Amino acid sequence: MADSYDVVVIGAGPAGYVCAIRAGQLGLKTACIENSSYEGGLGGTCLNWGCIPAKALLESASMAQGLKDHGEELGVKAENVQYDMQAAVDRSRGISDKLTKGVGYLFKKNKVESIEGTGSLAGPGKVRVTPSEGDPTEISAKNIVIATGAVMKSFPGFEIDGEKVIGSREALALRSPPKTMVIVGAGFVGVEFADVFSAFGVDVTVVEALDNLVPLEDPEIGKALARSFKKRGMKIMTGTRVTSLDREASPMRLAVETKKGEETIETDIVLMAVGRTPVVSGLDLEEAGVAVEEGWIKINEWCETSVTGVYAIGDVAGQPMLAHKGSHEGILAAERIAGVAQHPMRYDNIPSIGYCHPEVASIGMTEEKAREAGHDVTVGQYPLSAHGRAITAAHNEGFVKIVADAKYGEILGVHMIGHNVSELIAEVGLARDLEATVEELAAHPHGHPSMSEAVMEAAFAAMGRPIHI
Amino acid sequence: MATKVVMAQLSPTMEEGKLLEWKLQEGDAVEAGDILAEIETDKANMDVESLGSGVLRKIVVQAGTTVPVGVLIGVVAEPDEDIASILASAEAQPAAPAAATQPAAPAAPAASAPESAPAPAPAPSVPAAPTAKVPAPGAPAASAAPTLDGGRVKASPLARRLAEAAGLRLEDVAGSGPGGRIVKRDVEAAAAAPSAVPSAPAALAASAGPARLTAETVEVSQMRKAIARTLTASIGPVPHFFLTTEIDMEHALDLRAQLNARLSAGKIGVNDLLIKIVAEALARHPDINASWHGDTIARHGSADVGVAVALEGGGLITPIIRAADRKGLLQISEEARELIGRARDKRLLPEEYQGATFSISNLGMFEITEFTAIINPPEAGILAIGKTAAKPVVVDGEIVVRRRMQVTMSCDHRVIDGAMGAAFLGTFKAMMENPLEMML
Repeated sequence: MADSYDVVVIGAGPAGYVCAIRAGQLGLKTACIENSSYEGGLGGTCLNWGCIPAKALLESASMAQGLKDHGEELGVKAENVQYDMQAAVDRSRGISDKLTKGVGYLFKKNKVESIEGTGSLAGPGKVRVTPSEGDPTEISAKNIVIATGAVMKSFPGFEIDGEKVIGSREALALRSPPKTMVIVGAGFVGVEFADVFSAFGVDVTVVEALDNLVPLEDPEIGKALARSFKKRGMKIMTGTRVTSLDREASPMRLAVETKKGEETIETDIVLMAVGRTPVVSGLDLEEAGVAVEEGWIKINEWCETSVTGVYAIGDVAGQPMLAHKGSHEGILAAERIAGVAQHPMRYDNIPSIGYCHPEVASIGMTEEKAREAGHDVTVGQYPLSAHGRAITAAHNEGFVKIVADAKYGEILGVHMIGHNVSELIAEVGLARDLEATVEELAAHPHGHPSMSEAVMEAAFAAMGRPIHI
Repeated sequence: MATKVVMAQLSPTMEEGKLLEWKLQEGDAVEAGDILAEIETDKANMDVESLGSGVLRKIVVQAGTTVPVGVLIGVVAEPDEDIASILASAEAQPAAPAAATQPAAPAAPAASAPESAPAPAPAPSVPAAPTAKVPAPGAPAASAAPTLDGGRVKASPLARRLAEAAGLRLEDVAGSGPGGRIVKRDVEAAAAAPSAVPSAPAALAASAGPARLTAETVEVSQMRKAIARTLTASIGPVPHFFLTTEIDMEHALDLRAQLNARLSAGKIGVNDLLIKIVAEALARHPDINASWHGDTIARHGSADVGVAVALEGGGLITPIIRAADRKGLLQISEEARELIGRARDKRLLPEEYQGATFSISNLGMFEITEFTAIINPPEAGILAIGKTAAKPVVVDGEIVVRRRMQVTMSCDHRVIDGAMGAAFLGTFKAMMENPLEMML
């Protein structure tokens, strides 16, 4: 470990490690601090206990559910199908291990020094490193990038005990599935786990306080997802608040308050998926004068905090708490430090994706928000029930909805639910970055037959002349 | 060995430079260290030295042209050396942003970086640009003529549609996107900005005397661009600063009384005198009667003075006395009375309240002694007039009672510097205190 660096990044999640790599590429002397015992070390929550292992389990779920729902229809008869959660979890953990090792390799390749420990601010241009074993040391940093991420949160009475009341981390390592599970919170994390455990035979109930599943999305998306989940046998309780939990009972007894009144649900496990809270404690932010607002470190559009030379990126620096937003902030912060940053962050064009089945993806404004913002709105909606590729895939539920400006065709927002729509959202994100309008989306001959044609069809629909509906 | 001569980054904040003069002609022999050209940066004019020897084979960027840091401006090579590939790569590079393949020049006063040898690698200086192969810092400067790639105007589809709807020619819109591409915000900005020279309605201007001010567009220097950028970043789109002075009103009020004694109908008001003298001062300080347009400053061909009028039930409107610098006090008084009357009835036509070149806001009648007014873009200044009140002042060592008025001028710092504003305000004050100055 050297005494002084151009850049010291605190945290090696998808924001921090990408920032460190970019800083290394730019010729800056860079170190990245990560505690090996926290969230598994390099790669942070995303690679160790978030995006990546969750998607591995969802792939198992997809195969299980696909066989159940469509095996015979597609001419694949399977008997005595067995679900081995242990094997699915082992595979998922293996993938995390492999990818986190990849981060270490990329650090070496880009001359980023990896420092084991917990970082905190120790006066202007100083970072204190407290290793898991041994005494704290101080290093000098011309620039400090805080990328400490966020952790699962819960609320009183529902504290995570790791066995009966679990969070996403425990859920990702749940090798023997319970008979019954209640998932509290129907954001992307909640509905993804609902998908996984339901596919593996668990009797799943989803409880959401707001009126729809994935409540930050267009309401039509949440309603379509609820229909699909109910068809698979899940119990969906939206507009429902959890009030108390009797952990001693076996099975546990969970009291909820629906719009109709109080109810009690029996369950083996409660999975809390009520969001994540930024990690700002232990960084000594207050002493350093770094402003914090509503829990998040306050930054400007160049990821600069209130203290010169101190940057913050990723989940700790504000909404949306998404890995790809953090990674791009990481690149921007490194380039800003090097004096080569070209454009500030554009926070209105970051896609949101839920990898439940059917998948959910969106970007930009919902129809309601667009109208509130005063736009003269046209909506083009294309149902996948009419879509050739979706029908051949036996996944013909869902739709693509484009919200556009009626006069100029500006793409204000796009909302999708259906098979593989996670891969379709990038097209419209790029179109928005390049200021393409619905005309260009419609004019491009999309490959046939592909799911991407649904975007083209929705664009035609937004122009008032759909071809296939 | 051929050496590329590029627009080097000569200061950490330099984003583009203007080629002022080539010191050599194509074909002239060059030794390493010879001065090739002079360029204007945001800080100073500097010489470009040759890093290679041979002859100046090609002048790529002509004198008078502004290009971003990193763009090829010329080639030094042996007389018979093949430089076609270098020139071809220059053509592929936009004249607007530095292309990614162009090494950013080091932030040292070396004038050009030879292509074949890596740029001298300074220790990664933070926050100065390191020697990575990335474009120069900062967004590319808006290029007024993004007609690159064989005449094609680079513009986003949305920008094209917006421009068409707004009746704007893309050629007239400055692009701020990657590669000088015209994007939505550029069209919106162009549509919002009134034309550089407000066309005074003929009916109002026709009866005025001969033209005294000249409408012209002044190119903005690199230093002025740097001032504009810095100050804008600091305080919203129009960086204001304020100048306050106190004016002795004795002579002005006496003059007004004498004039009114000779008039049978329609008295001249203090406001009329203010409009007349502001216009007179603007005629003598054309750099104040101006608007910021990014790459240029428009100096207006007449002093069109807006007068803020409060409306009953809230709101305000600013009727304009067109070409007040060419009109007499009586004519100004009549026009102002008529316009202000219709303004209060909310019966002004758009051209009667849009496109002033300077404004006056008077809150004296509301017992306000002093205040600051907000500039109405694209005007570069506004004068806030406080109440005229009798107060003790020292004149020639004696305490006497004089009628005094406080005025505060708000200035757009992109156009007006402190000393410029002070000079204008000094002229205004001198003429208010002794209206006979107007005769000079």
